Amino acid sequence: MTMSPEQTKPRQQAAPRVRFARQLMYYSPTIAVALGVILLWEILVTLFDIQQFLLPKPSAIFSEFMLQVNLWLAPGEASLLFEASGATFWEALGGFVIGCGGGILVALITSRWTIVSEATMPFAIAANSVPIIAFAPIMNNWFGITNPASKMAIVAIIVFFPTMINTVRGLTLVEASQLELMQSYAAKPARILFSLRIPNALPYIFSTLRVASALSLIGAVVAEFFGGPRATLGVYITQEASAFDFAKAWTAILMASLMGIGFYLVVLLAERRLMPWHVSLRGQG
Amino acid sequence: MSSSRQDVVIAATDLNKVFNPGAQEAVRALQGINLEVRAGEFICLVGPSGCGKSTLMRLIGDLLQPSAGDLLVNGKSPRAARLDRDYGMVFQAATLYEWRSVSKNVQLPLEVMGYDKAERQRRAQAMLDMVELGAFANHYPWQLSGGMQQRVSIARALAFDPSILLMDEPFGALDEFTRERMNLELLRIWRQTGKTIVFVTHSISEAVFLSGRVVVMSPRPGRITKIVSNSLPYPRDFKTRSDPAYHALVSEVRELLRDAVEAARPTGD
Repeated sequence: MTMSPEQTKPRQQAAPRVRFARQLMYYSPTIAVALGVILLWEILVTLFDIQQFLLPKPSAIFSEFMLQVNLWLAPGEASLLFEASGATFWEALGGFVIGCGGGILVALITSRWTIVSEATMPFAIAANSVPIIAFAPIMNNWFGITNPASKMAIVAIIVFFPTMINTVRGLTLVEASQLELMQSYAAKPARILFSLRIPNALPYIFSTLRVASALSLIGAVVAEFFGGPRATLGVYITQEASAFDFAKAWTAILMASLMGIGFYLVVLLAERRLMPWHVSLRGQG
Repeated sequence: MSSSRQDVVIAATDLNKVFNPGAQEAVRALQGINLEVRAGEFICLVGPSGCGKSTLMRLIGDLLQPSAGDLLVNGKSPRAARLDRDYGMVFQAATLYEWRSVSKNVQLPLEVMGYDKAERQRRAQAMLDMVELGAFANHYPWQLSGGMQQRVSIARALAFDPSILLMDEPFGALDEFTRERMNLELLRIWRQTGKTIVFVTHSISEAVFLSGRVVVMSPRPGRITKIVSNSLPYPRDFKTRSDPAYHALVSEVRELLRDAVEAARPTGD
């Protein structure tokens, strides 16, 4: 009559080694595609004798990358690439924390009063469709072209609006019956906020944080295209490209990509840790 | 006050509810509702959709305010009763919080009401045992079937020991088989706890099987057509459903509902 607890478990947890093998199987097509594309790239560049300033070979990019890694690891040496990556990383992270933190905070404050959030939301949505990167030269003027704050500001503004909008949505789009339940307990607004509205908003917040993590790196690099210190990825790319050292420019693109993916994965990991209950995560771990 | 008056838990007098009053699309949801529910009674509100049965339940639970008339719950206004936490509510959807385990869901009202942790856990376990889900305390709602989720919802409603249980079509989304089993479980819980239960349903057989009195309602405007006394003896079980007296009652309620719907039908419809 009643199901036993064992029967309702979504799936049995396999031994770690078996799980790893399964995951490898699961991702093997993806890995194969990636390797195939790189191989094809290498072959086509060699076959058609494409000039390195148009498109360097993956092997050339990789050897340049390893050179920079060795420089970075060697005592007493310095790698401009890694220095630039570090600087850009901090700009992106700083902007991400300020912008997303601010967005969530403002959303929490405005959603407390329906009138305020209803009055501000149209402006936030309008601001969200403005190409904020166009303000980069102005931020350079405000904070100084070599000051990382000018890039952080751009990143912060870029991620602020989507974060705020989605957080307000998550806080306000609560099922009526769940609110009525709280009403029937004579729960105070603060209790409803912490026990219902914030948990309800978490999926919204994390989906916007995932997008923001990628946006923040794009924002930082593009803002650097408008000028910045030598040791930043955006400047590195423009400098090396204009010096026709395309393998170097491509290593910078590679670093930006790696950091972007890493950033995204960290947010994803935090999401899984903080809301293991969510539909999108069921039966995946 | 006489002893019979003290016995009355819910007293509605000439209760009216109009949605969008004054507007063109004003809806007279309830009109002239007079109803007394006594302590420990199991009463069912039955009727077609639009008859205001849910509205009446929501007025009692202070989720809506009446447009006119008097409504007293435990001798107080519904609002005072709600603030005193006199109501346990169960909705059609289980409305469990998906981020909480089963036990934590049952503990939710207790957290709101400031019970300490040990007491919360003790009560949650006792309630889950009562609805026969003691082994599922650490599961999450999505791991349970619809019927099990609704049992958790009942456990949650009872956790803080409210005097009145308001149930709005709680088994409406379940299949017939599960529903009949849930009816038996609910009767057992009712007899075990002695709560006053107001139960909204559109199922005639469910209303007759569960209740001591069936409030038959009709639409446009929502009114009480008749209150049918149901003297089928408790405890009831699956054999009750083959009792001729049970079938007679089901037929009576069905006739009443059909007449009411016919009468309410606008001409030319």
